[in-house]
This record gives sequence, C-alpha cells and structure tokens, in this order.
Amino acid sequence: MQDLLYFIQQLINGLTIGSTYALIAIGYTMVYGIIGMINFAHGEIYMIGAYTALIAITGLAALGIAWLPLVLIVALICAMIVSSSMGWAVERVAYRPVRGKHRLIPLISAIGMSIFLQNYVHLAQGSRNIGFPALIEGGFRFGAEDSFQTSITYMQITIFATTLVCMTILSLFISRSRIGRACRAVSQDLGMANLLGIDTNRIISATFVIGAALAAVAGLLLGMYYGSIDPLFGFIAGLKAFTAAVLGGIGSIPGAMLGGLILGVAESMTSGYLSGEYKDVVSFGLLILILLFKPTGLLGKPEVEKI
Amino acid sequence: MLEVQNLSMRFGGLLAVDQVSLDVQEHEIVAIIGPNGAGKTTVFNCMSGFYKPTGGKILFEGKEIQGKPDYKISRLGLVRTFQHVRLFSRMTVVENLLVAQHRHLNTNLLSGILKTPNYREKEQKSLDRAAYWLDRVGLMDMANRDAGNLAYGQQRRLEIARCMVTEPKLLMLDEPAAGLNPAETKDLNQLIISLKEDYNVSVVLIEHDMSLVMDISDRINVINQGRPLASGTPDEIRRNDDVIKAYLGEA
Amino acid sequence: MAAHNLKHALFCAIVTLIISYPILGFNLASEGIDVTLEGAKTSTVLGVLLAALIVFLFQLYRDNIMGSLRQLPAVNPLANRKPMEQSKRLKLESTLLTLMIIGALIWPFIASRGAVDLATLVLIYIMLALGLNVVVGLAGLLDLGYVAFYAVGAYSFALLSQYFGISFWFALPIGALLAALFGLVLGFPVLRLRGDYLAIVTLGFGEIIRILLNNMTSLTGGPNGIGGIPDPTLFGMEFGRRVKEEGNTSFHETFGIAYSGEHKVIFLYLIALVLAVITAIAIRRLMRMPVGRAWEALREDEIAAKSLGLSRTAVKLSAFTIGAFFAGFAGTVFASKQGFISPESFVFLESAIILAIVVLGGMGSQMGVILAAIAVTILPELAREFSEYRMAIFGAAMVLMMVWRPQGLMPMRRIHIELKRQE
Repeated sequence: MQDLLYFIQQLINGLTIGSTYALIAIGYTMVYGIIGMINFAHGEIYMIGAYTALIAITGLAALGIAWLPLVLIVALICAMIVSSSMGWAVERVAYRPVRGKHRLIPLISAIGMSIFLQNYVHLAQGSRNIGFPALIEGGFRFGAEDSFQTSITYMQITIFATTLVCMTILSLFISRSRIGRACRAVSQDLGMANLLGIDTNRIISATFVIGAALAAVAGLLLGMYYGSIDPLFGFIAGLKAFTAAVLGGIGSIPGAMLGGLILGVAESMTSGYLSGEYKDVVSFGLLILILLFKPTGLLGKPEVEKI
Repeated sequence: MLEVQNLSMRFGGLLAVDQVSLDVQEHEIVAIIGPNGAGKTTVFNCMSGFYKPTGGKILFEGKEIQGKPDYKISRLGLVRTFQHVRLFSRMTVVENLLVAQHRHLNTNLLSGILKTPNYREKEQKSLDRAAYWLDRVGLMDMANRDAGNLAYGQQRRLEIARCMVTEPKLLMLDEPAAGLNPAETKDLNQLIISLKEDYNVSVVLIEHDMSLVMDISDRINVINQGRPLASGTPDEIRRNDDVIKAYLGEA
Repeated sequence: MAAHNLKHALFCAIVTLIISYPILGFNLASEGIDVTLEGAKTSTVLGVLLAALIVFLFQLYRDNIMGSLRQLPAVNPLANRKPMEQSKRLKLESTLLTLMIIGALIWPFIASRGAVDLATLVLIYIMLALGLNVVVGLAGLLDLGYVAFYAVGAYSFALLSQYFGISFWFALPIGALLAALFGLVLGFPVLRLRGDYLAIVTLGFGEIIRILLNNMTSLTGGPNGIGGIPDPTLFGMEFGRRVKEEGNTSFHETFGIAYSGEHKVIFLYLIALVLAVITAIAIRRLMRMPVGRAWEALREDEIAAKSLGLSRTAVKLSAFTIGAFFAGFAGTVFASKQGFISPESFVFLESAIILAIVVLGGMGSQMGVILAAIAVTILPELAREFSEYRMAIFGAAMVLMMVWRPQGLMPMRRIHIELKRQE
C-alpha cells in the first residue's frame, strides 16, 4: 500500500512537471514544424515570462492588491504579452534574415540569441535566484496519518487545469481559426502556401507569438511550483521541453503533449527511486536514445530524403 | 555486366517501380526513357543504393548489390550523376575531382601529415588525373574557381568528369542534357560516345532529349507508370506502337 | 512616407518598450524571503526610451537608411580589391606568421606574469577553436558538447596524476587519445543524425559528462574538483621552489639562478605555444589531404559524397575524433596550468564560447579562428569594466555575424592548385 502511494505520488509530480514541459514544447514543435529550425532561445523566452510574472506579482503586492485571481490573471497577461513580444522580436531580428540559409546558420544565430537573452536578464536582474511566492497553497492528502501520504496540492491541480485549458484553446485555434488553418498550410509546404497568397511571414510570426505565450504560462506556473527563478533556469527547461517535443515527434502538437508527460514522469520516477541528481542524465539519455532509434518520435511523420 | 531483375519499389501505398528488368552489357550505352513520373530516377536510386528496393534483384558483375549501402556500390565501379547537378559548390573545380579520388590516395593520416615521398607521388598522380579530365571536358581554365560559380553546362560536364576520375566501370547519367543548349547537347553527345569508345565505360542514361537518346543508345528501355513498356534498339522503339501511344505520341 | 511604414515603426517601437521596460525598468530584490521591487535608475529608463525611439526612427526611414548603406563603398574596402596574386599572398602570409611566432616567443620575457598567464589561456583557446573548427567549420557537424572532450583531457591528467603519479608529458598523449576515444565511441551512434539533431545530442552528451563529473564524488571529487595537479617538468627539472618528486632536480638550482614563480608560468606558456603551433600545422596538413577534402565534401553535399564512394560514417567520425583529440590536448594543458579543475570549467557556455570563436573567425579559416581566439579572450580583459557584458555581447555578436557575415571575419580561402596539362 505504502509503495503504491509512493508510486502515485511520483506519478502526480511527474505529470505536473510534464504538463509544463508540454506547454514549452509546443513552441519548439510549432516552429520546427513550420520553418524546420530549433528555436534555441525558446527556453529563455519562458524564463523571461517567469521573470515578468514575478515582477507583476511583486508590483501588485506593492500596490496593495492581494485578491488572488486578479493577481494571477494580471501576472499571466503581463507575462504572455512580454514573452510574445520577445518571441516576435527574436524571430524578426535573429531568424528571419537567415531563413533559408544553410541549416547551421539559423541554429548558431539561435544559440547566440539564447546566450544574449540569458545575459540580458542576468544584467538587469542579477544572477542570484529570487524567491517566487507560492500564491496557491494547500492540497489534499491521502493515506494513513502515521505513514506515507500521497498529496496533491492545489498548485498541482492549477497546473493541470491551466495546461488543459491552454491545450484545448490551442487545438481549437489550430483547427478552426483562419490563422490556424494557414499555419497548417504553411507547415505542409511553405513555398506553396506563399504562392497561394498566404502571408507566410505573418504566419511564422504568429507561430513564434503563440509558442512564446504558452511558454510564458509555463513560466508563471513553474515559477510558483519551484518557488524560485534565476536567469539560467530557462536553459535546462528548454532542453527538457525540446526533448519532450522530439520524444513525441517534432512538428506534432499532440506529440509534444504526450512527450512532455512521458518525460515528466520518467524524471520524477528517477528522482523518486534513484537519485534526483541523475534525472537530467535520464532525460538527456532518453533524448539520445529516441533520436537514435526513432528519430521521428512517437507521433511524428517520417521525413523522406529527396534526391 | 549489370542485370536488373523484376525490380520493385514501394513508398507506402505507392508502387513507384513495378517489376522493371533491364540489363547492360560491356561496352554499351543503354537509355531508360519514359514520361515524367514514370519511375526512372527511382530505378536509378535503387541501382545506386540510395533506396533499398522492396523487391527484385540487381546484379553487378554477377554479384547481388541490391540493398547495399550507396558508397559501397560506388566503390564497385557503379557511379552516377544527378538530375539536379550536385557539386561541392564551395570547393574549387579541381578539389571536386580530388575528392572523388580519395580511394586512390593513401589513407594513412601520418604519411599525409609528414608528406612522405610515397604520399606525394600518389597525390601528384591524382592531380594529373584531375588535370587530364579537366582538359578533356574543357574546364582547365576554371580549375581553381569555386564549382558553384560555373555556368550550368560547365557544372554538368564537371559532374561527369568527377565520376570519370573514379575510373568507373558503369556510369549512370540522370538527364545529362537537361538545361543544355543544342550546341552543348551535341558536345555531350560526343563525350558520352567517347566514354564508351575510348575509356571502355558502359553507360546507362535517363534522358528526355529524344535526338540524343536515338543517336547514341545501343538499346533503349521504356518505362511507363513504373512498369516496363518496351525495350529494344532505337529503331525497334521508334516503330513500337505502344511506345508511340504512351510516350512519343504525347510528346 | 506611407502610413503603413508609420504603423509598422510604431508597432516595432512599442514592442521594444514591452520587451525592455519591464525587465530593465524594475529590479527584483530579495530581502530574506520577501521579494521587493525597485524602480531602475533614471539612466536605464532613459536608455530604454531612447532605444525605442531609435527603433522607431530606423523602421520609419528603413528604406532610406538601407538604401544609403548599400551605396556606401567604404563599408568593406577589401570587397572590390582584386585578389592578391597567389605567390604574393603566400609570401605575405608566411611573413606574418613568422612575425607572429617570433612575437609570441619574445612575449613572455617582456610581459608581466599575469599577461603571460592570460596568453597561455589564449593559446589553449586557440587549440580548442582549431579543433572545433575541424568539426564545425570543415565537416559541418555542429558539436555543442565539445567541452566534454576538453573535460576528458583535463580529468584524465588530473586522475592519472592523482592515482598513478603520471607526469604531464605522459598524460598529454594519453589525455588526447582518451578524448579521441571518447569522440569515437560517442560519435559512432550519433553521427548519422541530421545536423540540428546532432547539435542537441552532443549538447546532451556534454551535459551528461558534466553531471557525472559532478556526482561521481568518490572518483572526481564532485563539485570540489581535483587539486594538486603537478606542473610539467623540463627533462626532469621541476619548477617549484622545492623538488617534490624523488629523482627530479629543480630548474632554478640546476641553472644556478634565483627561484622565481615566473619560470613556471613562462615554461607553461612555451609548452602551450609549441602545442598550439603543432595543432595548427597538423590541421593545416589534414585540410589539404584527402581526409580534409572529404570533410568538406560531406559538408557541401552528403548525397554526392556518398555517390562517390565516401563513407559518411567514417568521414564524420574522423572529423569528430580528430576534433576531440585536440580538445583533449588543450584539456591537459589547462589542467596543468590551473593546478586544479572542477566541473565548473566545463559548462555548456564554454562550448558556446569556443563555437563563437570559430564562427567569428570564419568557419574553416585557421587564421581567422586564431585571431578570433585572441580577440575573444583578451578583449574582455582589456575592458574590465565591461566584462559583465561579455557574454551578452558574445551572444549578440553571434547573431549579428550570422545575419550579416555568416562566413566570418576572415572567411576561408580556397587553396590554389597548379595543374599541368596532360597529354
């Protein structure tokens, strides 16, 4: 019984983290699906979202506003606006001019952008980690009083619920809206979409904006969940989310969700049963194994090499 | 020397090549013709090892080669060009030819770093071979230009020269005349005949330019919608009703 | 002025404000567990506003500005000049190189100890960058975990000396070979991956190695690292004040001069110099050999390369392994220079710096890479007050280089080959 409860606890923790990975992974997968590049700076966009949210929360507190729903919504909106603008600007400045050049060039540009953004926040906000207030406290507990208790916190429930809402909105947006349809067209064949009169530049910008907005949501959620942030925390999270995207099949949105959840659970099981230090080794190891044995991921479509 | 037996290639639900057979004898030029999308390049890709055929056999000098990795097939002496020229564009013309001769060169790293006499001699030989072929295809003056800066016709010739320095037994040309003007096509015509006559290389070519095909081919295979339609000498093909209907008729 | 332009410019200016004002205009400060918010300095706020204004004006007059920029011939005075004659250029280059080497040889005897130490670091970076240049610049394989091989070199020396008392001179080839072996083993499975996947996987490997070094405390000392790494000796002569190893003599006693800590620094510098020169020459030779041409061919067109009988795996693996070999070389020198190593020195950022050097110098170009290594290491030291901006400037420079000059500051030049007409 105890073992089972412990296992369920790891599962819950894993799914919590995993669903935020999924939110970040959407950004990687959409960008890759459309222009075939790894947006290396995406983790930093997420980190900036977390910082903006914290600034908004602290600012509201200083103004004496403490009504939780309002604080959360204002923080969320601020984070989404700043991150989306950043996503848009990054694409305009660093990716659009090098689009269509040799594969390595956009990738190096993205790495440069990632380093720049890390240090931009580092310079503005210092390198130390800063406490992020846990606005949502408490939770449910299961199990006998005197032994191991499985708990599911309100924070974790919030993370699940928010992720679910975001994913639903995104799916509807992609399948129903005009921009969403254009997005799908562009990811099928960019040149052809262009010929058909779709403003591909706009669609690509939209992809970056949507991905960044979702990353900002993840930034707020994970900031609260972990309780502290620093300028480097986007880097590892970004890599994890990228792993999730590859795991699920890069370019596939349901794949990103699935990949995020699997990766989150794998990590929390490693922490729970082996050692927390090795959870990064497990996720990178997983990434390497997937790329070696099933580079198209779980739900991805195979790419045919043209001669 | 080359025998393709009942070759099939399926991509998912699409049967791109269906039971195609053909053969090439020594000292022979064989053409594969057919409408666009007939599966000619797919046959080539199977023969050169870029695709693993889903059915059938390919024998080269009596040995089965289907499914072998591309670079190994090329080392057997079965070398190809591409429909869209594939040069090493940021390398010079002569470097393109030197790359192709890597097998003739000593691969021992130390002898190269220390420039042993043996290494120098081999290096000089491959330079000479490169010079010979550059002269042969009229690109001597371009030797140190970037390959990507050549005119289209020159790029085509360089690609053929690059195959020839590997000293192949069988050369596969994928639409060698595409994008060439009539004068260039005529030169190409002579070059291909001379490859056979003077260098004892057999040639398989895919081509749309009918005058070229009819002029130089010893035998022609016609493929339509992935299936073999006819084969024979140029005269036989010219008179074949099926071919006229399926291919020449619509052209 | 079209209204469209005005709208776009306004939009860009607002975006600039949005992405800079919240982050730059407010400073988070933690006091105990509480976090407070402070407004930034007026100058920062003014700077943000100025940036927005500049973006606005630039976007508004974008067409005019870009137009007149294009007409400026002075931007690149070398662009229109005829390429120098081959023989002349070679002569100039070799004179320049000779001067550089002579300068590098005199340097330690006229410069301060700190400057010599810095120069040693520059040389280590040159070795690293030349090695990575093979992988990225020539073979076109984006290796983001290059620092892992550097770590293997450094840790092999540290561990070998700690457990087996092996000296620098033995550890040098062993470290390099071990790094190469690592490259071979890691490279074998991953090298068939496409470019950008390869980048991520190598990054993952780099991180895994760092995490392992951090956590295998019993072997590597974990985050505390390994200290007491011995200095190199010169024919059995030690450079310390007292001889540590039985049978060795000390340098200053042998020559009857007063002990000076500088001797060791200068000696290390000279070792690094010799190794860097060897690295440069060896790679220069490799570039002109079949294997070097095969690297480039594969970078240019994999399919064509395979159709000519080049084995993709073998060629890529050779580049990867040779790159790793030189990283191992550099790692051993680094360990011996520092006397102490910890996983801190082998983070991803280090890989990114080395990559930045290769990119700035011009992928494939040895001269460019050497100059970039010098610039990237020395500039932050010269402008110490700006040193905190170093990484931000790095990142920005990488982006700008890719946008404006992806071939780097000194692009690689092809070798001219004379041919004799054959009969």
